Amino acid sequence: MASKLTRSNGAGWAFALPGFILLFLFIILPFFFAFWFSLTNQRLISPNPTEFVGLSNYENLLGVSILTLEPERDEAGQVVRDADGAISYPRVRTITRNPDFPQYKGMREWFRWQSGENARVVVAKDVVFMKALTNTMLFVLIIVPLQGGGALGLALLINQKLRGINAFRAIYFTPVVISIVVISLLWRFIYDGDDGLLNNVLAALTFGAFEPVDWLGNTDTALGSIIVMSAWQAMGFHMVIWLSGLQTIPATLYEVAAIEGSSSWQTFRYVTWPGLRNTAVLVLIVITMQAFALFAQIDVMTNGGPLDSTQTLVFQAVERGYGKQDISGGSTISVILFFIVLLISLVQRYLTREKR
Amino acid sequence: MAQVSPKNEGLLLVSRYLVLGLVAAIFLFPLIFMMVSSLKPDAQLLADTSSLRAFLPVGDVSLDNYFAAFDRAPIGRFMLNSVLITVTTVILSIIICSVAAFSFVYLEWTGRNVLLSIILATLIIPFETIAVPLLLLVSRLPWLGLEGMEWGWLNTYRVQIIPWIVDALTVFLFVQYFKDLPRELIEAARAEGASWLAVYRRVVMPLSGPVLATAAILKALKMYNEQYLWPLIVVQDEAHRPIMVGLGYFFQLDVAWGELMAYLTLISIPVLLFYLIMQRAFIASIASTGVKG
Repeated sequence: MASKLTRSNGAGWAFALPGFILLFLFIILPFFFAFWFSLTNQRLISPNPTEFVGLSNYENLLGVSILTLEPERDEAGQVVRDADGAISYPRVRTITRNPDFPQYKGMREWFRWQSGENARVVVAKDVVFMKALTNTMLFVLIIVPLQGGGALGLALLINQKLRGINAFRAIYFTPVVISIVVISLLWRFIYDGDDGLLNNVLAALTFGAFEPVDWLGNTDTALGSIIVMSAWQAMGFHMVIWLSGLQTIPATLYEVAAIEGSSSWQTFRYVTWPGLRNTAVLVLIVITMQAFALFAQIDVMTNGGPLDSTQTLVFQAVERGYGKQDISGGSTISVILFFIVLLISLVQRYLTREKR
Repeated sequence: MAQVSPKNEGLLLVSRYLVLGLVAAIFLFPLIFMMVSSLKPDAQLLADTSSLRAFLPVGDVSLDNYFAAFDRAPIGRFMLNSVLITVTTVILSIIICSVAAFSFVYLEWTGRNVLLSIILATLIIPFETIAVPLLLLVSRLPWLGLEGMEWGWLNTYRVQIIPWIVDALTVFLFVQYFKDLPRELIEAARAEGASWLAVYRRVVMPLSGPVLATAAILKALKMYNEQYLWPLIVVQDEAHRPIMVGLGYFFQLDVAWGELMAYLTLISIPVLLFYLIMQRAFIASIASTGVKG
């Protein structure tokens, strides 16, 4: 409804423009640059002029294929086994470097599994990128329930009427105000393989039976360690969001539940949780977005290692674009990440749409 | 229903506080370890990690690490830079973003919805993914300074301030808040002939205390705590470096753990103090981002 009082093209544009120009110049424009660079062979410093290369950067990142390796056989046709009885296969590079199979050129083994006597090998053009992609997905899939659920637990814990409860709320929130860089450095100490606090605590709890683990130096534990730390750091943030959701639930509903004699689980299931639906959507979206941007923890704690077990998309985008001065490669990863996040936010929006 | 005897009630209360206390320990122990360790010489610091002494200021306790840290890096300068960058950005941000949000909510103009949608869509672009293209851009931007026209923004304060002024979240916070203010107030002021600028300054701003606090706190945390990758790539000279980048000084050859802990404590103390004083505003500011759902 346009009234004379609020209709004003001149003032409207004049007020919105300073903000929009800044946002356009420093977020939207670089974003379109990234798009453009992903279609070229741009480097930070290069003697050769930049060329348009179409989608080849994307092909170089996303190229994946499956090979089937048949076991090596001796003259009698028997499968050759090594001393441990494991079947021996021809090396993958006999195929990827074979001029007869140009479609596998430049690919390296990503992972393999056994299928009868044959081995199936997944080869990728860019194994590090594939690891970064799967690690990022894994990180998101685990941290969303861990951090969201933990934060809800904290919110329920803090939502009781006790003297001094606000002090506890303030304490749980404290890691949120500390820089993630500082936190990551401190947790390097906690996770250390020799003098680490975690190992010492576990050893004390098990009376010395616990074998020390180099949490960040081990491919099995490095990503998990970073997940736990990240969840710990931001849990207080989401606790506060859950709390504000809890406080919108009318007290009368709880009174009715108490009169009806419902158990505390029933109260949670039928009173609390339905009242938190909107909050849950918000928490889910915020954690997902933050999780996809995982960078500082990796940069400070592991640099993507050991053996690429903590590579992430954003870390790779920065390492290639800035570290290796391969701007087109880094930009291509950025664009792929953008499309993943866009897709997920569309799906989330669809799943959580208001049902009328 | 079973009656709870007074004795059981007391026990229940104790167990509740026990749980709360244990959880509190989980959230505080790294910070306590940091502060306590900053007071110890390296050898003792490392030896103490095997016992509860890691969390107690015992043994050879002194401020030596702090003096050594100040000798190693120009901490005062870094701190000053960080505070300067943070304060300037926060002030410019809340002015420019609130003015834009004011226009989006109260004024009607062609292109309004499109522009707002574009701004909100940038919420899903993580900064790190545009850092390198942005680096190329700012290295070529012109600047009209006191000494005339110059090119390139590297190694300056402005490169650490201007790109951070506007972000979708801040605009969004103001838009959400302004939508809930009574529209009649604005229309009444307009009917009395007030200019749009006067409406913004005299009617809307005086009612916007809570959202201004929220936007300022979130922005300040971001600017002080998270300015790490960006200054690393756009600022090479020491004079303009912020506090987070100074961490590099403590990782040359051997890591001086005690000094590092002292530096981490120094970085954290301003925010912790700020948080301690404004605790309620901090928590209210986060809560207000969630109320709408």
